[in-house]
Amino acid sequence: MTDLTRMTASELGAMIASGETSSVEVTRAHLDRIEKVDDEIGAYLHVSAERALAAAKAADDTVRTGKAPSPLAGVPIAVKDAFVTRGVPTTAGSRMLEGWLPPYESTVTTRLAEAGMVKLGKANMDEFAMGSTNENSAFGPVANPWNPQRTPGGSSGGSAAAVSAFEAPVAIGTDTGGSIRQPAALTGIVGMKPTYGTSSRYGVIAFSSSLDTPGPMARNVLDTALVQAAMSGHDPRDSTSLPAPVPDVVGAARLGAAQGISGLRIGVVRDLIAEGLQPAVKAQFDAAVQQLGDLGAEVTEVSCPHFAYGVAAYYLIAPSEASSNLARFDSVRYGLRVGDDGERSLEEVMSMTREAGFGPEVKRRIILGTYALSAGYVDQFYDKARTVRSLITADFDAAFGHVDVLISPTSPTVAYPLGTANTDPLSVYLLDLTTLPASLAGTPAMSVPIGLAEDPVADGQPLPVGLQIMAPHLQDDRCYLVGAALEAARDHACGGTFLDLAPAL
Amino acid sequence: MAEEKISREEVAHLAHLARLEVTDEEIDTFAVQLESILENVAKIAEVSDAGATPSSHNVTMTNVTRPDVVTASLDRDEVLAQAPAAEQDRFRVPRILDEE
Repeated sequence: MTDLTRMTASELGAMIASGETSSVEVTRAHLDRIEKVDDEIGAYLHVSAERALAAAKAADDTVRTGKAPSPLAGVPIAVKDAFVTRGVPTTAGSRMLEGWLPPYESTVTTRLAEAGMVKLGKANMDEFAMGSTNENSAFGPVANPWNPQRTPGGSSGGSAAAVSAFEAPVAIGTDTGGSIRQPAALTGIVGMKPTYGTSSRYGVIAFSSSLDTPGPMARNVLDTALVQAAMSGHDPRDSTSLPAPVPDVVGAARLGAAQGISGLRIGVVRDLIAEGLQPAVKAQFDAAVQQLGDLGAEVTEVSCPHFAYGVAAYYLIAPSEASSNLARFDSVRYGLRVGDDGERSLEEVMSMTREAGFGPEVKRRIILGTYALSAGYVDQFYDKARTVRSLITADFDAAFGHVDVLISPTSPTVAYPLGTANTDPLSVYLLDLTTLPASLAGTPAMSVPIGLAEDPVADGQPLPVGLQIMAPHLQDDRCYLVGAALEAARDHACGGTFLDLAPAL
Repeated sequence: MAEEKISREEVAHLAHLARLEVTDEEIDTFAVQLESILENVAKIAEVSDAGATPSSHNVTMTNVTRPDVVTASLDRDEVLAQAPAAEQDRFRVPRILDEE
């Protein structure tokens, strides 16, 4: 029998629609796979087997009536634990929310359910989405399926690992400073940060409200497009949701794969080919640039001088917004309460609860944000960071006057060894240089796997490298066009799909 | 040696403002880490901002209102079931005042 866990979401959707298989069979195959490998990977914090099988049965019943709601009807999906799911444990990777059963459901997961998708469970993540290695999860790190001694990246590391370990055909994550694109790159899958405001933040546990963007992760570009199409669209419950139509990303994915990108103008961002870029990553990137040229694109070099200040601006803006957003965890209405012995005051209980419930990265960012917003520093830090944000947006606008898309390596390094994140936070922050400009400007950006780089620590086989494609606001389809063309060329060259190269688990 | 950006006392004060109890050990660690982070982010002061307006969002924001119509809210029992403590259909909080 065909291994259903190796199939793509579009293949599974078609097989379920035609009656060749059922959603229950597909869901069961993935639950079995989770059972088999997740002790080693740790991608899931919670698996909802019974709910998933019930949803699968409902999807099968709908499909049998000939009224499948979408091409993804009956297809399973992993959901990052940042999405609020009614009656299903939701923790955002934090002790603060351990055991919480939300009384409502996020818009994105509601839409995916309406499309007939089956939620397998909640994927592990860095606590409140703060981190680039998934080691800040209060419930333990996630292992990279390419080498279990490596991180899968973060903060959507669980979602990425679930997809690359064949524990789910597709997943959703959230990207605040690169948290979809970077783990996608480090685990050899496709990850997309849509244009800010096109996917609803209602029911997404807030980290940095002006940056948080839900998005899809999948093993190929077409599946990524199908999930983005299903989850996107204006939401009156999110005041930052754009009342704009989402471009035809599925059509663009098909077009890119079929027709290539002849005549497309691509800019390589000189300022993101920076210090810290591993030579083996650079070599893969250069080869991909060559390939884009071979596919008929006009590739030029572009300078975006303010991108280099993205890290500084981000690590002032995001913690500032986080310090405000995380004030809601005050031990009153939900979550943890510590020290309520009848003797202590509300303020003491609040402080003790927050001490016990938050991990070091969250505390560090709350303090940093409180500092950046405090009187005397707000002009010097927070306001200046907001100015840099405008300048980065202006850099994008200027560049898109000359080219259709911008590209860079997604991450300057391959997946790094587990156990390094909390000793030197600054060095981890600096790794986000490549993903932060698109976050600050709210532009769409995709990571697509381009090849394998020799492992610099040499404790395993080569590790995946991703290429980032950035497009103008609401032109998400351009990312899909280029991503699909590159993917088709790469698959043709290696005679299979990228994850065929991954070691068996 | 760079100018000191943040002292132990300041870290303790900020933690207090954020209602975050911190241990002496955490204060030591955070002071060192925050100093190196602040030293790095301070480079945004180099940026010439002539003509640029600070932006808090990357999309044009407008105030969003909806008609003042009563709609269903979250189920009270379901919400209170998730609270750390509830009493008489309300959230129960520890005492507000430090002294009787």
